[in-house]
Amino acid sequence: MSRTVVVTGLGATTPLGGDVSSTWEGLLAGRSGITILEDPKFAELPVRIAAPVMVDPSEVLEPHEIRRMDRSQQLALIAAREAWADAAVDSVDPTRLGVAVATGVGGAISLMEQYDILKERGASRVSPMTVPMLMPNGPAAVVGLEIGAQAGVHTPVSACASGAEAIGYGAEMIRTGRADVVVCGGTEGCIHPLTIAAFAAMRALSTRHDNAAGASRPFDRDRDGFVMAEGAAIVVLESEEFAKARGAKIYATYGGQGLAADAHHIAQPEPEGRGVILAMNRALADADLSTKDIFHINAHATSTPAGDVAESKAIRKVLGADADHAPVTAVKGATGHLLGGAGSLAAIGSILALRDRKVPPVANTVNLDEGVDVDVVLGEARDLPAGDLAALSNSFGFGGHDVVLAFRSV
Amino acid sequence: MSQEDILAGLAAIVNEVAGIPAENVQMEKSFVDDLDVDSLSMVEVVMACEDKFGVTIPDTEVKNLNTVADAVNFIAANK
Repeated sequence: MSRTVVVTGLGATTPLGGDVSSTWEGLLAGRSGITILEDPKFAELPVRIAAPVMVDPSEVLEPHEIRRMDRSQQLALIAAREAWADAAVDSVDPTRLGVAVATGVGGAISLMEQYDILKERGASRVSPMTVPMLMPNGPAAVVGLEIGAQAGVHTPVSACASGAEAIGYGAEMIRTGRADVVVCGGTEGCIHPLTIAAFAAMRALSTRHDNAAGASRPFDRDRDGFVMAEGAAIVVLESEEFAKARGAKIYATYGGQGLAADAHHIAQPEPEGRGVILAMNRALADADLSTKDIFHINAHATSTPAGDVAESKAIRKVLGADADHAPVTAVKGATGHLLGGAGSLAAIGSILALRDRKVPPVANTVNLDEGVDVDVVLGEARDLPAGDLAALSNSFGFGGHDVVLAFRSV
Repeated sequence: MSQEDILAGLAAIVNEVAGIPAENVQMEKSFVDDLDVDSLSMVEVVMACEDKFGVTIPDTEVKNLNTVADAVNFIAANK
């Protein structure tokens, strides 16, 4: 049994805005959501650049909701509520309603806060919500409770590919008949001195303190690392049959997914793009697409020296001459890197590009690295042609995870 | 500290922990049945009461605090 899956709802809270429309507008305009961290707790760090969400959860949620949820859960809930309202599913059998919401890091901030309390005030003052707040499945559980999902609540974890893997997982729940509707995507909320120090210790982060807004520049020859961001991006998937029966608005068709692993290094990308190529080819096959159908790629490109060129080479290798009609963008120039939320944000970028026939530029990137032999959109948004188009959305994660999603226009 | 003061302080805590409107926190209300305070939230309420009122509420006592009045009376008698 394999059923067609469609996208019927979108939700996001990101460094560019507190919802999908402001985020998409920011992406199309090439605006940067990246800033210097002014809080004194970051003062002694080698990196003080990050991309916090533009609308703090405390402005949206009730105080008791904030108190009971880790920041990653708060952000996931905000995005899920928007996506769920957008899809406007008025009636679904709860046993046919699922959730797949991922995170890369999970409730690290809550864990560290409670450890501080343990040290300073003793075990009797450690919050009874500590475990629900730190567990990586917490964001999925929070979303599942919100909508009453009983078909299954899941949390794929694959670092910065997690959000994409969750969408692929959710789509499989529908394809294989386990569910009719699945709320899926990714979230991250772990901007903290320790996480920044840790990524900085890997020499993974940009140190462009004299131009923080321009610190993330995927594919640029002067890129010097990624920028840590936070946020969540959630989509509602449905079986085409279910969506059409209820007259739902459909953004795009989910085509398929390609999964692979580099089998190379715990953090370094495989320089020839072996896993990336395998995953892209598998996504094309799973979606029953040929390279001729691909008119857009939302690249993973994080602005690290090693990753971006390797990815561009992989894209050229997979698409060959057809890469010439597939303009490439990367949202991380504008948003920084949402880690567990990155893959689903890239997916939303691909979905909206297909709907609006418009590909956002890579924010901040001016001079393409000479190793980049694909059509990267710079400066202004690029129009896509009319007709049936497909797009790929690439997501990779520390550990060598490669996840590629395919979407088709409607 | 009067019983009214304790009730007001407790109502503020229940509001902060569980999002229940403070005016709903009345003496005869049951934490679980009327106010929907679950067992994890009850632990938080107890911790916050200990901090606010300077009392110690042992775990063995918490199970006897069924209503708001039970908690107010315990605090009044032990602070």
